[in-house]
Amino acid sequence: MFNDKTAKFLLLAAIVICVGGAFAPNWIVNQFMFGFSRALAILGLMVLWRTGLVSFGHAFYFGLGAYAVAILDSEFGVSDVFLRLLAGAVVAGFAGFLIGFIMRNYRDIFFAMLNTAISMVLFGIVVKTESLGSTDGFAISMSTILGFAPETKYPMFVIIMLVGLTAALLVNFYLKTTFGKLTTAIRDNEIRVEYLGFSVAHAIHLKYTISTILAGGAGALMAMSLGQVDPESMINWTVSGELVFVTILAGPGNVIAPFIGSLVFEILRTYAFELAPQAWQLIMGATFLTIIFFLPGGIWSLIEKLGGKKNER
Amino acid sequence: MKGNSPILEVRDLLKTFGAVVAAKDINVDISQGEIVGIIGANGAGKTCFVNMVTGYLAPTEGSIKFEGTELIGLETRKITHAGISRSFQVSQVFHSMTVSENLMIALAIANNRGADALSLMDTPDLRSKLDAVLKRYKLEPHRDSTVSALAQGVRKLLDIAMAVVSKPRILLLDEPTSGISVEEKFDFMDIVMGALKEDGVTVLFVEHDMEIVARYVSRVLAFYQGEIIADMPPKKALADEKVQEFVIGKEHHKKRNRT
Repeated sequence: MFNDKTAKFLLLAAIVICVGGAFAPNWIVNQFMFGFSRALAILGLMVLWRTGLVSFGHAFYFGLGAYAVAILDSEFGVSDVFLRLLAGAVVAGFAGFLIGFIMRNYRDIFFAMLNTAISMVLFGIVVKTESLGSTDGFAISMSTILGFAPETKYPMFVIIMLVGLTAALLVNFYLKTTFGKLTTAIRDNEIRVEYLGFSVAHAIHLKYTISTILAGGAGALMAMSLGQVDPESMINWTVSGELVFVTILAGPGNVIAPFIGSLVFEILRTYAFELAPQAWQLIMGATFLTIIFFLPGGIWSLIEKLGGKKNER
Repeated sequence: MKGNSPILEVRDLLKTFGAVVAAKDINVDISQGEIVGIIGANGAGKTCFVNMVTGYLAPTEGSIKFEGTELIGLETRKITHAGISRSFQVSQVFHSMTVSENLMIALAIANNRGADALSLMDTPDLRSKLDAVLKRYKLEPHRDSTVSALAQGVRKLLDIAMAVVSKPRILLLDEPTSGISVEEKFDFMDIVMGALKEDGVTVLFVEHDMEIVARYVSRVLAFYQGEIIADMPPKKALADEKVQEFVIGKEHHKKRNRT
Protein backbone atom coordinates (compact mmCIF):
# COMPACT_ATOMS: atom_id res chain seq x y z
CA MET A 1 0.00 0.00 0.00
CA PHE A 2 2.90 2.35 0.70
CA ASN A 3 5.34 1.36 -2.02
CA ASP A 4 4.27 3.56 -4.89
CA LYS A 5 4.99 7.21 -5.65
CA THR A 6 1.47 8.40 -4.84
CA ALA A 7 1.43 6.73 -1.43
CA LYS A 8 4.87 8.10 -0.56
CA PHE A 9 3.84 11.60 -1.65
CA LEU A 10 0.63 11.37 0.40
CA LEU A 11 2.53 10.35 3.53
CA LEU A 12 5.08 13.13 3.09
CA ALA A 13 2.38 15.73 2.33
CA ALA A 14 0.36 14.68 5.40
CA ILE A 15 3.39 15.12 7.67
CA VAL A 16 4.26 18.52 6.16
CA ILE A 17 0.65 19.77 6.39
CA CYS A 18 0.17 18.52 9.96
CA VAL A 19 3.41 20.17 11.10
CA GLY A 20 2.67 23.33 9.07
CA GLY A 21 -0.83 23.54 10.53
CA ALA A 22 0.60 24.03 14.02
CA PHE A 23 2.12 27.34 12.92
CA ALA A 24 -0.47 28.44 10.34
CA PRO A 25 -2.98 31.23 10.99
CA ASN A 26 -6.54 30.24 11.78
CA TRP A 27 -7.95 31.09 8.35
CA ILE A 28 -5.52 28.72 6.62
CA VAL A 29 -6.35 25.95 9.09
CA ASN A 30 -10.05 26.49 8.30
CA GLN A 31 -9.46 26.34 4.54
CA PHE A 32 -7.66 23.02 4.92
CA MET A 33 -10.31 21.61 7.25
CA PHE A 34 -13.21 22.49 4.95
CA GLY A 35 -11.29 21.63 1.78
CA PHE A 36 -10.03 18.25 2.94
CA SER A 37 -13.39 17.32 4.50
CA ARG A 38 -15.07 17.88 1.13
CA ALA A 39 -12.20 16.07 -0.63
CA LEU A 40 -13.42 12.75 0.75
CA ALA A 41 -16.67 13.11 -1.20
CA ILE A 42 -14.70 14.15 -4.30
CA LEU A 43 -12.55 11.03 -3.95
CA GLY A 44 -15.73 8.92 -4.19
CA LEU A 45 -17.06 10.89 -7.14
CA MET A 46 -13.70 10.42 -8.84
CA VAL A 47 -14.08 6.62 -8.58
CA LEU A 48 -17.54 6.91 -10.16
CA TRP A 49 -16.35 9.34 -12.85
CA ARG A 50 -13.57 6.95 -13.88
CA THR A 51 -16.32 4.39 -14.42
CA GLY A 52 -18.15 6.88 -16.66
CA LEU A 53 -20.77 7.72 -14.05
CA VAL A 54 -21.54 11.21 -12.76
CA SER A 55 -23.84 11.68 -9.77
CA PHE A 56 -25.66 14.98 -9.38
CA GLY A 57 -27.08 13.86 -6.05
CA HIS A 58 -24.25 12.97 -3.70
CA ALA A 59 -25.31 15.80 -1.40
CA PHE A 60 -27.83 13.21 -0.22
CA TYR A 61 -25.03 11.13 1.32
CA PHE A 62 -23.03 14.20 2.33
CA GLY A 63 -26.13 15.46 4.15
CA LEU A 64 -26.89 12.05 5.68
CA GLY A 65 -23.37 11.97 7.13
CA ALA A 66 -23.72 15.49 8.50
CA TYR A 67 -27.18 14.94 9.98
CA ALA A 68 -26.11 11.60 11.48
CA VAL A 69 -23.50 13.54 13.48
CA ALA A 70 -26.05 16.20 14.45
CA ILE A 71 -28.68 13.66 15.58
CA LEU A 72 -26.08 11.61 17.45
CA ASP A 73 -25.12 14.81 19.28
CA SER A 74 -28.62 16.18 19.98
CA GLU A 75 -30.35 12.88 20.77
CA PHE A 76 -27.60 10.77 22.35
CA GLY A 77 -25.02 13.34 23.40
CA VAL A 78 -22.24 11.55 21.49
CA SER A 79 -19.33 13.95 21.00
CA ASP A 80 -16.43 11.63 20.18
CA VAL A 81 -15.02 12.54 16.78
CA PHE A 82 -14.38 8.93 15.76
CA LEU A 83 -17.84 7.71 16.70
CA ARG A 84 -19.38 10.65 14.87
CA LEU A 85 -17.27 10.00 11.78
CA LEU A 86 -18.08 6.30 11.87
CA ALA A 87 -21.81 7.04 12.24
CA GLY A 88 -21.77 9.46 9.27
CA ALA A 89 -19.92 7.01 7.02
CA VAL A 90 -21.97 3.97 8.08
CA VAL A 91 -25.39 5.67 7.74
CA ALA A 92 -24.53 7.07 4.31
CA GLY A 93 -22.85 3.83 3.23
CA PHE A 94 -25.83 1.72 4.28
CA ALA A 95 -28.22 4.03 2.43
CA GLY A 96 -25.88 3.94 -0.56
CA PHE A 97 -25.73 0.15 -0.48
CA LEU A 98 -29.55 -0.09 -0.51
CA ILE A 99 -30.04 2.60 -3.17
CA GLY A 100 -27.19 1.01 -5.13
CA PHE A 101 -29.49 -1.89 -6.04
CA ILE A 102 -31.45 0.63 -8.13
CA MET A 103 -28.56 2.80 -9.31
CA ARG A 104 -26.52 -0.09 -10.71
CA ASN A 105 -29.14 -0.54 -13.42
CA TYR A 106 -28.89 3.04 -14.73
CA ARG A 107 -26.30 4.90 -16.74
CA ASP A 108 -25.59 8.38 -18.11
CA ILE A 109 -28.17 11.11 -17.51
CA PHE A 110 -30.58 8.68 -15.79
CA PHE A 111 -27.95 7.76 -13.22
CA ALA A 112 -27.10 11.43 -12.66
CA MET A 113 -30.67 12.66 -12.31
CA LEU A 114 -31.99 9.71 -10.29
CA ASN A 115 -29.41 10.64 -7.67
CA THR A 116 -30.60 14.25 -7.82
CA ALA A 117 -34.20 13.16 -7.36
CA ILE A 118 -33.34 11.11 -4.27
CA SER A 119 -31.35 13.99 -2.74
CA MET A 120 -34.27 16.37 -3.34
CA VAL A 121 -36.58 14.02 -1.46
CA LEU A 122 -34.29 14.13 1.59
CA PHE A 123 -33.96 17.92 1.25
CA GLY A 124 -37.75 18.23 1.20
CA ILE A 125 -38.13 16.00 4.28
CA VAL A 126 -35.47 17.85 6.30
CA VAL A 127 -36.80 21.30 5.36
CA LYS A 128 -40.29 20.31 6.55
CA THR A 129 -39.19 18.54 9.74
CA GLU A 130 -39.00 20.83 12.75
CA SER A 131 -37.23 18.27 14.93
CA LEU A 132 -34.40 18.33 12.37
CA GLY A 133 -34.17 22.11 12.58
CA SER A 134 -36.15 22.72 9.41
CA THR A 135 -34.51 25.32 7.12
CA ASP A 136 -32.32 26.69 9.93
CA GLY A 137 -30.70 23.40 10.85
CA PHE A 138 -29.02 23.17 14.24
CA ALA A 139 -25.73 23.58 16.01
CA ILE A 140 -23.42 20.72 16.93
CA SER A 141 -21.32 20.68 20.08
CA MET A 142 -17.53 20.68 19.83
CA SER A 143 -16.13 17.21 19.14
CA THR A 144 -14.06 15.44 21.73
CA ILE A 145 -11.16 13.12 20.96
CA LEU A 146 -11.25 9.89 23.00
CA GLY A 147 -12.63 11.83 25.98
CA PHE A 148 -10.32 14.80 25.62
CA ALA A 149 -11.91 18.17 24.76
CA PRO A 150 -9.50 20.19 22.62
CA GLU A 151 -9.23 23.93 23.18
CA THR A 152 -8.05 24.77 19.70
CA LYS A 153 -8.96 23.58 16.20
CA TYR A 154 -5.57 22.02 15.65
CA PRO A 155 -6.35 18.47 16.92
CA MET A 156 -9.45 18.37 14.67
CA PHE A 157 -7.30 19.65 11.80
CA VAL A 158 -4.83 16.80 12.33
CA ILE A 159 -7.64 14.23 12.48
CA ILE A 160 -9.11 15.49 9.19
CA MET A 161 -5.67 15.26 7.58
CA LEU A 162 -5.19 11.70 8.87
CA VAL A 163 -8.67 10.60 7.78
CA GLY A 164 -8.01 12.13 4.35
CA LEU A 165 -4.65 10.35 4.16
CA THR A 166 -6.17 6.99 5.13
CA ALA A 167 -9.02 7.35 2.63
CA ALA A 168 -6.64 8.37 -0.17
CA LEU A 169 -4.31 5.43 0.54
CA LEU A 170 -7.21 2.98 0.62
CA VAL A 171 -8.72 4.30 -2.62
CA ASN A 172 -5.26 4.31 -4.21
CA PHE A 173 -4.88 0.64 -3.27
CA TYR A 174 -8.43 -0.15 -4.43
CA LEU A 175 -7.75 1.39 -7.85
CA LYS A 176 -4.85 -1.03 -8.30
CA THR A 177 -6.93 -4.14 -7.58
CA THR A 178 -8.87 -6.08 -10.21
CA PHE A 179 -12.10 -4.45 -8.97
CA GLY A 180 -10.50 -1.01 -9.11
CA LYS A 181 -8.97 -1.50 -12.56
CA LEU A 182 -12.44 -2.26 -13.88
CA THR A 183 -13.40 1.42 -13.53
CA THR A 184 -12.09 2.44 -16.94
CA ALA A 185 -12.89 -0.96 -18.43
CA ILE A 186 -16.58 -0.57 -17.56
CA ARG A 187 -16.61 2.96 -18.95
CA ASP A 188 -15.10 1.68 -22.21
CA ASN A 189 -17.06 -1.51 -22.77
CA GLU A 190 -19.53 -3.15 -20.40
CA ILE A 191 -20.27 -6.02 -22.80
CA ARG A 192 -16.66 -7.17 -22.80
CA VAL A 193 -16.46 -7.00 -18.99
CA GLU A 194 -19.54 -9.25 -18.73
CA TYR A 195 -18.18 -11.70 -21.30
CA LEU A 196 -14.87 -11.84 -19.47
CA GLY A 197 -16.92 -13.21 -16.59
CA PHE A 198 -17.36 -10.21 -14.28
CA SER A 199 -20.63 -8.68 -13.19
CA VAL A 200 -20.77 -5.01 -14.20
CA ALA A 201 -23.73 -4.48 -11.85
CA HIS A 202 -21.76 -5.82 -8.87
CA ALA A 203 -18.73 -3.73 -9.74
CA ILE A 204 -20.82 -0.54 -10.09
CA HIS A 205 -22.68 -1.35 -6.87
CA LEU A 206 -19.40 -1.61 -4.97
CA LYS A 207 -18.04 1.62 -6.47
CA TYR A 208 -21.28 3.41 -5.69
CA THR A 209 -21.26 2.20 -2.08
CA ILE A 210 -17.62 3.25 -1.66
CA SER A 211 -18.50 6.71 -3.00
CA THR A 212 -21.42 7.03 -0.55
CA ILE A 213 -19.31 5.98 2.45
CA LEU A 214 -16.78 8.64 1.48
CA ALA A 215 -19.50 11.26 0.95
CA GLY A 216 -21.01 10.40 4.35
CA GLY A 217 -17.59 10.69 5.99
CA ALA A 218 -17.08 14.03 4.23
CA GLY A 219 -20.44 15.31 5.51
CA ALA A 220 -19.61 14.18 9.06
CA LEU A 221 -16.23 15.90 9.01
CA MET A 222 -17.72 19.06 7.49
CA ALA A 223 -20.47 19.17 10.13
CA MET A 224 -17.89 18.82 12.90
CA SER A 225 -15.64 21.47 11.31
CA LEU A 226 -18.47 23.97 10.89
CA GLY A 227 -20.20 23.12 14.17
CA GLN A 228 -23.61 23.11 12.56
CA VAL A 229 -25.81 21.52 9.91
CA ASP A 230 -28.51 22.96 7.69
CA PRO A 231 -30.25 21.60 4.58
CA GLU A 232 -29.22 24.45 2.28
CA SER A 233 -25.49 23.93 2.70
CA MET A 234 -25.56 20.16 3.26
CA ILE A 235 -28.28 18.51 1.16
CA ASN A 236 -29.57 20.94 -1.48
CA TRP A 237 -28.95 20.09 -5.13
CA THR A 238 -26.55 23.04 -5.35
CA VAL A 239 -24.24 21.13 -2.98
CA SER A 240 -24.32 18.16 -5.36
CA GLY A 241 -23.45 20.54 -8.21
CA GLU A 242 -20.61 21.94 -6.14
CA LEU A 243 -19.23 18.43 -5.56
CA VAL A 244 -19.32 17.70 -9.30
CA PHE A 245 -17.70 21.12 -9.96
CA VAL A 246 -14.80 20.27 -7.65
CA THR A 247 -14.46 16.77 -9.17
CA ILE A 248 -14.05 18.30 -12.63
CA LEU A 249 -11.77 21.03 -11.29
CA ALA A 250 -9.57 18.38 -9.64
CA GLY A 251 -9.52 15.82 -12.47
CA PRO A 252 -9.70 12.02 -12.19
CA GLY A 253 -6.01 11.31 -12.80
CA ASN A 254 -4.87 10.55 -9.25
CA VAL A 255 -6.18 10.25 -5.68
CA ILE A 256 -4.16 13.33 -4.73
CA ALA A 257 -6.23 15.45 -7.15
CA PRO A 258 -9.42 15.68 -5.02
CA PHE A 259 -7.44 17.19 -2.14
CA ILE A 260 -5.75 19.78 -4.35
CA GLY A 261 -8.99 20.54 -6.20
CA SER A 262 -10.96 20.90 -2.99
CA LEU A 263 -8.42 23.22 -1.47
CA VAL A 264 -8.26 25.34 -4.63
CA PHE A 265 -12.07 25.50 -4.62
CA GLU A 266 -12.19 26.70 -0.99
CA ILE A 267 -9.58 29.39 -1.59
CA LEU A 268 -11.16 30.43 -4.89
CA ARG A 269 -14.61 30.74 -3.35
CA THR A 270 -13.33 32.69 -0.34
CA TYR A 271 -11.47 35.20 -2.51
CA ALA A 272 -14.23 35.42 -5.12
CA PHE A 273 -16.67 36.29 -2.34
CA GLU A 274 -14.29 38.84 -0.85
CA LEU A 275 -13.62 40.42 -4.24
CA ALA A 276 -17.19 40.50 -5.54
CA PRO A 277 -19.76 39.69 -2.80
CA GLN A 278 -22.65 40.20 -5.24
CA ALA A 279 -21.11 38.41 -8.22
CA TRP A 280 -18.80 35.76 -6.83
CA GLN A 281 -20.64 33.10 -8.85
CA LEU A 282 -19.42 34.88 -11.99
CA ILE A 283 -15.82 34.21 -11.00
CA MET A 284 -16.60 30.58 -10.15
CA GLY A 285 -18.43 30.11 -13.47
CA ALA A 286 -15.59 31.66 -15.46
CA THR A 287 -13.13 29.33 -13.69
CA PHE A 288 -15.31 26.35 -14.52
CA LEU A 289 -15.45 27.34 -18.19
CA THR A 290 -11.68 27.81 -18.29
CA ILE A 291 -11.16 24.33 -16.84
CA ILE A 292 -13.56 22.71 -19.31
CA PHE A 293 -12.05 24.47 -22.34
CA PHE A 294 -8.38 24.36 -21.47
CA LEU A 295 -7.94 21.65 -18.83
CA PRO A 296 -10.56 18.95 -19.38
CA GLY A 297 -8.42 16.60 -17.31
CA GLY A 298 -8.60 19.08 -14.40
CA ILE A 299 -5.81 20.57 -12.29
CA TRP A 300 -4.17 17.15 -12.06
CA SER A 301 -3.63 17.05 -15.84
CA LEU A 302 -1.81 20.39 -15.57
CA ILE A 303 0.41 18.97 -12.82
CA GLU A 304 1.16 15.98 -15.03
CA LYS A 305 1.91 18.20 -18.01
CA LEU A 306 4.27 20.29 -15.94
CA GLY A 307 5.85 17.10 -14.63
CA GLY A 308 6.07 15.70 -18.20
CA LYS A 309 3.96 12.65 -17.38
CA LYS A 310 1.25 10.90 -19.35
CA ASN A 311 -2.25 11.05 -17.90
CA GLU A 312 -2.77 7.80 -15.97
CA ARG A 313 -6.46 7.48 -16.79
CA MET B 1 -17.35 -36.91 -19.59
CA LYS B 2 -17.16 -39.86 -21.96
CA GLY B 3 -14.69 -39.55 -24.78
CA ASN B 4 -17.22 -39.32 -27.61
CA SER B 5 -20.20 -37.69 -25.91
CA PRO B 6 -20.95 -34.20 -27.19
CA ILE B 7 -19.63 -31.21 -25.27
CA LEU B 8 -22.51 -29.03 -26.52
CA GLU B 9 -26.04 -30.33 -27.18
CA VAL B 10 -28.60 -28.05 -28.79
CA ARG B 11 -32.17 -29.29 -29.00
CA ASP B 12 -35.25 -27.85 -30.75
CA LEU B 13 -34.01 -24.28 -30.49
CA LEU B 14 -36.51 -21.61 -31.50
CA LYS B 15 -36.14 -17.85 -31.44
CA THR B 16 -38.84 -15.46 -32.55
CA PHE B 17 -39.06 -11.67 -32.51
CA GLY B 18 -42.80 -11.10 -32.73
CA ALA B 19 -43.88 -12.65 -36.02
CA VAL B 20 -40.30 -12.98 -37.26
CA VAL B 21 -38.70 -16.39 -36.81
CA ALA B 22 -34.95 -15.91 -36.41
CA ALA B 23 -34.13 -19.54 -35.59
CA LYS B 24 -36.13 -22.76 -35.59
CA ASP B 25 -35.68 -26.53 -35.23
CA ILE B 26 -32.01 -26.21 -34.44
CA ASN B 27 -30.65 -29.54 -33.31
CA VAL B 28 -26.91 -30.00 -33.19
CA ASP B 29 -24.23 -31.82 -31.17
CA ILE B 30 -20.69 -30.52 -30.99
CA SER B 31 -17.86 -32.82 -29.88
CA GLN B 32 -14.71 -31.87 -28.00
CA GLY B 33 -11.97 -30.53 -30.29
CA GLU B 34 -14.15 -29.95 -33.36
CA ILE B 35 -13.60 -26.89 -35.52
CA VAL B 36 -17.03 -25.96 -36.88
CA GLY B 37 -17.76 -23.34 -39.50
CA ILE B 38 -21.16 -21.65 -39.40
CA ILE B 39 -22.13 -20.30 -42.78
CA GLY B 40 -25.19 -18.63 -44.26
CA ALA B 41 -26.37 -15.47 -45.96
CA ASN B 42 -27.04 -12.28 -43.99
CA GLY B 43 -30.03 -12.79 -41.70
CA ALA B 44 -29.84 -16.59 -41.92
CA GLY B 45 -29.60 -16.93 -38.11
CA LYS B 46 -25.86 -17.51 -37.61
CA THR B 47 -25.19 -14.72 -35.12
CA CYS B 48 -28.56 -15.36 -33.50
CA PHE B 49 -27.38 -18.93 -32.82
CA VAL B 50 -24.07 -17.70 -31.37
CA ASN B 51 -25.91 -15.14 -29.24
CA MET B 52 -28.23 -17.80 -27.84
CA VAL B 53 -25.39 -20.18 -26.96
CA THR B 54 -23.47 -17.39 -25.20
CA GLY B 55 -26.49 -16.03 -23.31
CA TYR B 56 -26.79 -12.70 -25.16
CA LEU B 57 -30.24 -13.72 -26.42
CA ALA B 58 -32.74 -15.93 -24.60
CA PRO B 59 -34.25 -18.61 -26.88
CA THR B 60 -38.04 -18.72 -27.14
CA GLU B 61 -37.98 -22.51 -26.81
CA GLY B 62 -35.46 -25.33 -26.71
CA SER B 63 -32.46 -26.45 -24.75
CA ILE B 64 -28.71 -25.79 -24.85
CA LYS B 65 -26.61 -28.09 -22.70
CA PHE B 66 -22.90 -27.68 -22.13
CA GLU B 67 -21.26 -30.76 -20.62
CA GLY B 68 -24.72 -31.78 -19.44
CA THR B 69 -25.55 -28.43 -17.77
CA GLU B 70 -28.46 -26.39 -19.10
CA LEU B 71 -27.26 -22.95 -20.20
CA ILE B 72 -30.63 -21.31 -20.84
CA GLY B 73 -31.41 -18.80 -18.14
CA LEU B 74 -27.77 -18.37 -17.13
CA GLU B 75 -26.27 -14.89 -17.22
CA THR B 76 -23.54 -14.30 -19.79
CA ARG B 77 -20.80 -14.24 -17.17
CA LYS B 78 -21.97 -17.56 -15.71
CA ILE B 79 -21.72 -19.06 -19.19
CA THR B 80 -18.17 -17.72 -19.37
CA HIS B 81 -17.45 -19.31 -15.97
CA ALA B 82 -18.88 -22.59 -17.29
CA GLY B 83 -16.29 -22.61 -20.07
CA ILE B 84 -17.79 -20.91 -23.13
CA SER B 85 -16.23 -17.74 -24.48
CA ARG B 86 -16.75 -15.62 -27.54
CA SER B 87 -15.39 -12.87 -29.75
CA PHE B 88 -17.50 -10.36 -31.65
CA GLN B 89 -18.01 -9.22 -35.22
CA VAL B 90 -17.09 -5.71 -34.06
CA SER B 91 -14.19 -6.08 -31.63
CA GLN B 92 -15.31 -5.59 -28.04
CA VAL B 93 -12.20 -4.24 -26.35
CA PHE B 94 -11.30 -1.38 -24.02
CA HIS B 95 -10.47 1.30 -26.56
CA SER B 96 -8.87 3.88 -24.26
CA MET B 97 -6.42 1.36 -22.81
CA THR B 98 -3.27 -0.23 -24.19
CA VAL B 99 -3.13 -3.80 -25.49
CA SER B 100 -1.29 -4.88 -22.32
CA GLU B 101 -3.88 -3.25 -20.06
CA ASN B 102 -6.70 -4.95 -21.98
CA LEU B 103 -5.08 -8.34 -21.57
CA MET B 104 -4.12 -7.72 -17.93
CA ILE B 105 -7.76 -7.03 -17.10
CA ALA B 106 -8.87 -10.17 -18.94
CA LEU B 107 -6.21 -12.22 -17.14
CA ALA B 108 -7.04 -10.67 -13.77
CA ILE B 109 -10.74 -11.43 -14.14
CA ALA B 110 -9.97 -14.99 -15.20
CA ASN B 111 -7.63 -15.50 -12.23
CA ASN B 112 -9.14 -13.30 -9.48
CA ARG B 113 -12.81 -14.08 -9.10
CA GLY B 114 -14.81 -13.42 -5.93
CA ALA B 115 -12.93 -11.88 -3.01
CA ASP B 116 -9.64 -12.22 -4.94
CA ALA B 117 -10.83 -9.32 -7.10
CA LEU B 118 -9.78 -7.09 -4.19
CA SER B 119 -6.16 -8.18 -4.49
CA LEU B 120 -3.56 -6.27 -6.50
CA MET B 121 -3.93 -6.80 -10.23
CA ASP B 122 -0.37 -6.23 -11.37
CA THR B 123 1.50 -9.26 -10.03
CA PRO B 124 4.62 -11.02 -11.43
CA ASP B 125 2.51 -14.13 -12.11
CA LEU B 126 0.00 -12.19 -14.27
CA ARG B 127 2.88 -10.32 -15.97
CA SER B 128 4.43 -13.61 -17.10
CA LYS B 129 1.03 -14.84 -18.32
CA LEU B 130 0.61 -11.54 -20.19
CA ASP B 131 3.97 -12.01 -21.93
CA ALA B 132 2.94 -15.52 -23.00
CA VAL B 133 -0.40 -14.33 -24.47
CA LEU B 134 1.26 -11.40 -26.27
CA LYS B 135 3.79 -13.80 -27.78
CA ARG B 136 1.25 -16.45 -28.77
CA TYR B 137 -1.02 -13.95 -30.54
CA LYS B 138 1.89 -11.97 -32.00
CA LEU B 139 0.77 -8.83 -30.20
CA GLU B 140 4.17 -7.97 -28.72
CA PRO B 141 4.89 -5.07 -31.12
CA HIS B 142 1.62 -3.45 -30.02
CA ARG B 143 1.81 -4.11 -26.28
CA ASP B 144 2.00 -0.43 -25.30
CA SER B 145 -0.22 0.92 -28.09
CA THR B 146 -3.62 2.35 -27.25
CA VAL B 147 -6.32 0.19 -28.83
CA SER B 148 -8.12 3.09 -30.53
CA ALA B 149 -4.98 3.71 -32.60
CA LEU B 150 -4.66 0.11 -33.81
CA ALA B 151 -5.63 -1.47 -37.15
CA GLN B 152 -8.78 -3.59 -37.29
CA GLY B 153 -6.83 -6.86 -37.60
CA VAL B 154 -4.86 -6.21 -34.42
CA ARG B 155 -8.05 -5.32 -32.55
CA LYS B 156 -9.62 -8.57 -33.71
CA LEU B 157 -6.61 -10.54 -32.52
CA LEU B 158 -6.80 -8.77 -29.17
CA ASP B 159 -10.54 -9.46 -28.93
CA ILE B 160 -9.92 -13.18 -29.48
CA ALA B 161 -6.91 -13.27 -27.15
CA MET B 162 -9.03 -11.67 -24.41
CA ALA B 163 -11.75 -14.26 -24.92
CA VAL B 164 -9.27 -17.12 -24.65
CA VAL B 165 -7.38 -16.18 -21.47
CA SER B 166 -10.17 -17.65 -19.33
CA LYS B 167 -9.23 -21.04 -20.88
CA PRO B 168 -12.65 -21.80 -22.38
CA ARG B 169 -13.50 -25.26 -23.65
CA ILE B 170 -15.64 -23.81 -26.41
CA LEU B 171 -14.87 -20.60 -28.25
CA LEU B 172 -17.37 -18.95 -30.58
CA LEU B 173 -15.95 -16.48 -33.07
CA ASP B 174 -18.34 -14.18 -34.88
CA GLU B 175 -16.90 -13.39 -38.31
CA PRO B 176 -13.27 -13.28 -37.19
CA THR B 177 -11.94 -12.12 -40.57
CA SER B 178 -14.48 -9.38 -41.30
CA GLY B 179 -12.73 -6.07 -41.86
CA ILE B 180 -9.39 -7.77 -42.45
CA SER B 181 -7.70 -7.41 -45.83
CA VAL B 182 -7.52 -10.36 -48.24
CA GLU B 183 -3.71 -10.40 -47.94
CA GLU B 184 -3.82 -10.61 -44.16
CA LYS B 185 -6.72 -12.99 -43.56
CA PHE B 186 -4.78 -16.29 -43.79
CA ASP B 187 -1.92 -15.04 -41.63
CA PHE B 188 -4.52 -13.85 -39.13
CA MET B 189 -6.35 -17.19 -39.09
CA ASP B 190 -3.06 -19.13 -38.88
CA ILE B 191 -2.19 -17.25 -35.69
CA VAL B 192 -5.64 -17.74 -34.18
CA MET B 193 -6.24 -21.36 -35.15
CA GLY B 194 -2.66 -22.35 -34.30
CA ALA B 195 -3.05 -20.97 -30.78
CA LEU B 196 -6.49 -22.51 -30.29
CA LYS B 197 -5.43 -25.96 -31.55
CA GLU B 198 -2.51 -25.94 -29.10
CA ASP B 199 -5.01 -25.43 -26.27
CA GLY B 200 -7.42 -28.05 -27.63
CA VAL B 201 -10.29 -25.55 -27.68
CA THR B 202 -13.48 -26.52 -29.51
CA VAL B 203 -14.18 -23.71 -31.99
CA LEU B 204 -17.36 -22.60 -33.71
CA PHE B 205 -16.95 -19.69 -36.04
CA VAL B 206 -19.31 -17.71 -38.20
CA GLU B 207 -17.74 -16.97 -41.55
CA HIS B 208 -18.74 -15.59 -44.94
CA ASP B 209 -15.42 -16.35 -46.61
CA MET B 210 -15.64 -19.86 -48.07
CA GLU B 211 -11.86 -20.06 -48.59
CA ILE B 212 -11.42 -19.66 -44.86
CA VAL B 213 -14.13 -22.24 -44.19
CA ALA B 214 -12.61 -24.77 -46.59
CA ARG B 215 -9.15 -24.34 -45.09
CA TYR B 216 -9.76 -24.39 -41.36
CA VAL B 217 -12.92 -26.26 -40.41
CA SER B 218 -13.65 -29.96 -39.97
CA ARG B 219 -17.42 -29.54 -40.16
CA VAL B 220 -19.87 -27.03 -41.60
CA LEU B 221 -23.27 -25.91 -40.30
CA ALA B 222 -25.12 -24.08 -43.08
CA PHE B 223 -27.98 -21.80 -42.00
CA TYR B 224 -30.87 -20.62 -44.15
CA GLN B 225 -33.88 -18.70 -42.82
CA GLY B 226 -33.11 -19.68 -39.25
CA GLU B 227 -32.71 -23.41 -39.95
CA ILE B 228 -29.71 -25.67 -40.41
CA ILE B 229 -29.92 -26.92 -43.98
CA ALA B 230 -26.61 -28.78 -44.02
CA ASP B 231 -24.39 -30.33 -41.35
CA MET B 232 -21.43 -32.08 -43.01
CA PRO B 233 -17.68 -31.89 -43.76
CA PRO B 234 -16.63 -28.73 -45.64
CA LYS B 235 -15.87 -30.32 -49.03
CA LYS B 236 -19.23 -32.03 -49.12
CA ALA B 237 -21.05 -28.96 -47.82
CA LEU B 238 -19.55 -26.57 -50.37
CA ALA B 239 -20.60 -28.96 -53.15
CA ASP B 240 -24.10 -29.49 -51.74
CA GLU B 241 -26.94 -28.27 -53.97
CA LYS B 242 -28.87 -26.57 -51.16
CA VAL B 243 -25.78 -24.85 -49.80
CA GLN B 244 -24.88 -23.65 -53.27
CA GLU B 245 -28.34 -22.29 -53.87
CA PHE B 246 -29.16 -20.74 -50.47
CA VAL B 247 -25.78 -19.95 -48.94
CA ILE B 248 -23.06 -19.48 -51.55
CA GLY B 249 -25.38 -18.43 -54.38
CA LYS B 250 -25.55 -20.35 -57.68
CA GLU B 251 -24.18 -17.48 -59.74
CA HIS B 252 -21.15 -17.25 -57.52
CA HIS B 253 -20.64 -21.00 -57.79
CA LYS B 254 -20.92 -20.96 -61.58
CA LYS B 255 -18.42 -18.10 -61.77
CA ARG B 256 -15.99 -20.06 -59.60
CA ASN B 257 -16.35 -23.15 -61.82
CA ARG B 258 -15.65 -21.11 -64.96
CA THR B 259 -12.42 -19.65 -63.58
